[in-house]
Amino acid sequence: MTAVSAKSLSKNYDKTTALENVDLRVERGEIFGIIGPDGAGKTTLFRILTSLLLPDSGTAYVGGLNVVKDYKAIRTIIGYMPGQFSLYQDMTVEENLSFFATLFNTRTNENYHLIRDIYTQIEPFKKRRAGALSGGMKQKLALCCALIHKPEILFLDEPTTGVDTISRKELWQMLFKLKQQGITILVSTPYMDEASLCDRIALMRNGSVMEINTPTQIKEHYDDVLWAVKGNNMPRLLNDLRRNPQVKTAFAFGNVHHITVESSLSINELREYLTSNGNTQIEITTIKPDIEDCYMKAAAQ
Amino acid sequence: MIMNNIVIETENLTKRFGKFTAVDSISFNVRKGEIFGFLGANGAGKTTAMRMLCGLSKPTSGKGTVAGYDITRRPEPIKRNIGYMSQRFSLYEDLKVWENIRLFGGIYGMSDSQIAEKTNELLHTLDFGKDRNTPVKALPLGRKQKLAFSVAIFHEPKIVFLDEPTGGVDPAARRQFWELIYDASDRGIAVFVTTHYMDEAEYCNRVSIMVDGRIKALDTPDKLKCQYNADSMNDVFTHIARTAERTGE
Repeated sequence: MTAVSAKSLSKNYDKTTALENVDLRVERGEIFGIIGPDGAGKTTLFRILTSLLLPDSGTAYVGGLNVVKDYKAIRTIIGYMPGQFSLYQDMTVEENLSFFATLFNTRTNENYHLIRDIYTQIEPFKKRRAGALSGGMKQKLALCCALIHKPEILFLDEPTTGVDTISRKELWQMLFKLKQQGITILVSTPYMDEASLCDRIALMRNGSVMEINTPTQIKEHYDDVLWAVKGNNMPRLLNDLRRNPQVKTAFAFGNVHHITVESSLSINELREYLTSNGNTQIEITTIKPDIEDCYMKAAAQ
Repeated sequence: MIMNNIVIETENLTKRFGKFTAVDSISFNVRKGEIFGFLGANGAGKTTAMRMLCGLSKPTSGKGTVAGYDITRRPEPIKRNIGYMSQRFSLYEDLKVWENIRLFGGIYGMSDSQIAEKTNELLHTLDFGKDRNTPVKALPLGRKQKLAFSVAIFHEPKIVFLDEPTGGVDPAARRQFWELIYDASDRGIAVFVTTHYMDEAEYCNRVSIMVDGRIKALDTPDKLKCQYNADSMNDVFTHIARTAERTGE
């Protein structure tokens, strides 16, 4: 069953194109990732799907409801956690939670099972004003408030931006549990390494969707020859790689460089070239791409 | 090690807020031209430590020198001898590209002729010729961050502090940004950088990892990986940061 569908969605702000002909379809119970850097159009897409912004053209349905005509009904079945902290800073943790429960005609204890794991982590601070919480705590409270009315579909706009890797892992553990409870999750992120945690992803750039698929299939569709290269002096190695006309692209990837090459080039030839330029301890291996390689290839086309 | 090659040096640097010890006796040094990664989980004390190093907050105890000046007694000259850029704030969005350069050059005490000459040079190097009169808010994020970095080192400081400079930047632009960091380092500018991208930790000459206000590990990425028997800095970081007892308060 389809939870969310969008057809030819477009949105402009003055002369800036924020979204251009976006089509997508999210099935019930999926974790669907919108992957892209700042300015890709992720927030605009979320604001249209949550009925907070009207598209210039195109149509979208959420839970079978039209985002323009049925906006009142949509707001009762979705949970939305915006990228910027949007709770009431002057109210305490528990006041915020019961306020959002009241807005949706429910009470905190009714759907407590959904938020228990998250809420117990911030419960020791329930008398504290939301504005005085640390970043990680604010985010947990915001997630609780977005879940308190047991939404069918949850929209999380960049929940892990500026968050350290440990807290990011914790958040994803929570999302897997919510998925098990049958909640459909749309989550946006600029961190490419989170793509593999989603069932399916859309790669977005400059307002357009470049590709939609499972992370595994996106990687399988990558058709360049990709090598990882290491050497004694990595910055210099990168420059030497770029000067070789048979190297198509060369980028730093943590402790190695990833390069795509013409199929005519062999590993031995490249090794000889690098050695003759004074590089030592050279290691070259054929590798499989990760999502970041796929994103960069798609973005360059 | 030659003393005058050290641009940051701290000894038992500590900052308390009431009963809470945000930074707990950290000691380290950073050399001229070094790329020093300053890592830690949210709430580990990175921001507080950086504020002290930039002369914006007085230590409770311990000492430190930055660019040759004592951080407790002479915070003012420190501010003139460092550069700073963060993801959140770096440039004035409503000002044009050249106006931002002019403004920051002036703030750092450069003369008009120096500014004029270096502005042309900078716009050329960054390939910003056509964007001289573009308001900063109209630039794509990747280009904005490149400009912000160049403006932060426009006055040729001994050290530049970068607080999560690449958050949200697209993969290709993020890598181009690191190439600017390498160039600055080659010119002898020390780069003190925080990031949540663990692949970027691999690009640093040395990395420190803060946990609960203390520096729990400090070495080259290779040695840290060897010491913790890990394949990547991500594994090293996860291993060390998990020992935190503070709850991100």
